[in-house]
Amino acid sequence: MALRIDQDHSRFKQIVRGKIKANLRKYVQQGEMIGKKGKETISIPVPFIDIPHFKYGSKEQGGVGQGKGEVGDQLSPGEGKPGDGHGKAGEGEGEHALEVDISLDELAQILGEELQLPNIQHKGTEKIVTQKIKYTGIHTIGPESLRHFRRTYKQAMKRQISMGTYDPNNPVIVPVREDKRYRTYKLENLPETNAVIIYMMDVSGSMGDEQKEIVRIESFWLDTWLRHQYKGLESRYIIHDAVAREVDRETFFHTRESGGTMISSAYKLCRDIIKADYPASSWNIYPIHFSDGDNWSADDTRLCVEMLKTDILPTVNQFAYGQVESPYGSGQFIKDLREHVGDQANVALSEIADKDAIYGSIKDFLGKGR
Amino acid sequence: MPKGLTPRLNDLKNEIEGYAREFGLDCFETVFEILSYDELNMVASYGGFPTRYPHWRWGMEYEQLSKSYEYGLSKIYELVINNDPCYAYLLEANAEIDQKLVMAHVYGHCDFFKNNFSFRHTNRRMIDEMANHATRVRRSIDKIGIEKVEDFIDRCLSLENLIDQHAPHIRRNPDPKLAEEQSKANDRVGGFKVDREYMRGFVNPQAFLDSQRKKVEDEKAKAKKFPERPQRDVLLFLLDHAPLEEWEFDILSIVREEAYYFAPQGQTKIMNEGWASYWHSTIMTTRALRDSEIIDYADHHSGVMGSAPGRLNPYKIGIELFRDIEDRWNKGRYGKDWDECDDLRARRNWDKKLGNGRQKIFEVRKHYNDITFIDEFLTPEFAIEQKMFTYGFNEKHNAWEIMDKEFRKVKAKLLQSLTNFGQPVIEIVDANDDNKGELRLAHKHEGTDLKGDYARETLRNLQSLWRRPVTLVTKSENKGIALRFDGTTHTEKKVEL
Repeated sequence: MALRIDQDHSRFKQIVRGKIKANLRKYVQQGEMIGKKGKETISIPVPFIDIPHFKYGSKEQGGVGQGKGEVGDQLSPGEGKPGDGHGKAGEGEGEHALEVDISLDELAQILGEELQLPNIQHKGTEKIVTQKIKYTGIHTIGPESLRHFRRTYKQAMKRQISMGTYDPNNPVIVPVREDKRYRTYKLENLPETNAVIIYMMDVSGSMGDEQKEIVRIESFWLDTWLRHQYKGLESRYIIHDAVAREVDRETFFHTRESGGTMISSAYKLCRDIIKADYPASSWNIYPIHFSDGDNWSADDTRLCVEMLKTDILPTVNQFAYGQVESPYGSGQFIKDLREHVGDQANVALSEIADKDAIYGSIKDFLGKGR
Repeated sequence: MPKGLTPRLNDLKNEIEGYAREFGLDCFETVFEILSYDELNMVASYGGFPTRYPHWRWGMEYEQLSKSYEYGLSKIYELVINNDPCYAYLLEANAEIDQKLVMAHVYGHCDFFKNNFSFRHTNRRMIDEMANHATRVRRSIDKIGIEKVEDFIDRCLSLENLIDQHAPHIRRNPDPKLAEEQSKANDRVGGFKVDREYMRGFVNPQAFLDSQRKKVEDEKAKAKKFPERPQRDVLLFLLDHAPLEEWEFDILSIVREEAYYFAPQGQTKIMNEGWASYWHSTIMTTRALRDSEIIDYADHHSGVMGSAPGRLNPYKIGIELFRDIEDRWNKGRYGKDWDECDDLRARRNWDKKLGNGRQKIFEVRKHYNDITFIDEFLTPEFAIEQKMFTYGFNEKHNAWEIMDKEFRKVKAKLLQSLTNFGQPVIEIVDANDDNKGELRLAHKHEGTDLKGDYARETLRNLQSLWRRPVTLVTKSENKGIALRFDGTTHTEKKVEL
């Protein structure tokens, strides 16, 4: 049924979309959007949707709270922040929250629209759709095999207490038919497309925190987009200085090593991973490499180019190289790549000077639709 | 579509209403309507009024309410409108016990709306008035176009809190005729009348004449100043003096009127919710509850009273304070004897069996607002029992922390957060600043700085209404600064305060 509010609601959504679009650059630059909350949703602050008032800066203001705790105890996040929010909406008007929840999927769509990204042409594999059972709710009828024991028990106990037949000394709970609760499920279609991102990053001494932050933000957006395109995306992480090793995500973004740089070590490992786990016939493969462009020697660079040409490029959807500007790096590597493999269709090269350049760089990487 | 009550619910309503009257609650006639959850979310988004002018922020509110309802984060139980008759909405899907609880709660609010002094000047036909506002705004939209009108509404809303919340109770600007007569009567520049010329120097010594002359001149200088004294009702000032177009004037006056209508609800949040909760609890536990409903009732009641750890829940503080007052007045724990008694044992066992509690809380609900309520009835014992504390942001740990549990500080902080809705006091001090028709505002700095970026954006909005440059004088990090926006650029200047 159409409600009067629908008009205002859709207007608001238009504005939000407009806002997100207008501010997207800013978010990408500031990395405000990173930090997944829960499973899928993330909160995006939309600053000007809150109509500006003359008001106090909240950090200086503080307030009064209630509850356990001693002086000096920290309030956990979300607690005690100024503002109002509880189950009952009173008759007045509340404070407007600043955040709009949108799912990663929606976010990816907006990103796609904003950057005019083409949808990716899935490689080779035929789409096998599998069905998956997901337990989504509770119902009062159902097969005994799906009975939810705890809910049923609770219901029976509640009933017995209120009927006065519950005896704490002899706590026997006997459920009757009305007490029983059953799980219900839904069938979900899962398209079976396989994709993997192999992240590689140079962690040699010349990559500072600022450079890593850029890598982190950029990875987040690439990840979001590819996840939107492929259900069930896998990620692998490789860090390298003079030698390469595979690590978990946490380590990938936080390690800082020192020493020299041999990019070939990473490419070698990448090649091995692809060979071992991801046969090119059924996998969409995205190796992405970030570095400051400083390689150990021209020989090593030659080795890299060789490996790309013969082993990596023929198997992957797209090889992406992002060069982060650093005060120490020579930035030579991207020039070499451009010279030797720049004309290949599935190579994307991008130079990222600072946070502002991330926006353009994402477009470089994803603009080809591969 | 809103539906009337089912016969069963109507019986319940009559039952609960009977209890309310029995306890002495004095309500407007109350009309209940049943809504489905999305309709209830809609009405709640409109601030309780089913007919409101079109604006995106209702949509924003709706988005939040419906999302949080769908995710099971929160649910609106009840919605009451201060109007005669009082309108209240029930959620269709609620169980009977919930409807009873809500009805009892609603009668509490209703009684409060009718009797608390803060609401005395509110329009009791606000439902109709809101519908009129909607019509007027729609007419403007038809004529001017949605973009322009909505944009203007946004700018007005940005200034919405710049009202003088006590204005409905006070006459700030004296009648001009009367003021003139008074000033004439005070006009003694010529000195007193002298019958004998040789007495003149004694009746009207030169020093006296000079001082009178100076007084009058000061008075005149003041009158030249515009506005004569600082003006807190910025919206009214703009209505009276800003070069607005007719439709702009119309919309600004709508925004102002609605801001004044909602202001008392902000001023009495703790009391209003406390009072309603006190009554739903009293009515339910002493009258309306059936045995089989007790678990659900306890569950929902505690849900309303519970606060997120570290939060202050107005429902909880309100109901506990009313109970505390009732208890103290029942036992005679007030007055000189009580205040001067230092004997802890005597204090603990103090009970004069006066039984004045009920009568007292009825008085309190009539004559107090949140500030006076807290100021007068928040006792050290109460603060300790309720585990109240102040919190603040610790820059060193980059986290919110519990700062203090000392009673005086807790109370001061709480009162501060209630004063002017916890918002900065900002007044127009000069509308002809620098003799160039510029608007000058001053922030009464009470120890907390303004949020700078918001202040600048708000100045921009203010400037767009006033058309001439606007300046706000405030303090930042203990230094006086003047923020200025001239229509194109923001500037910042140090000033001596």
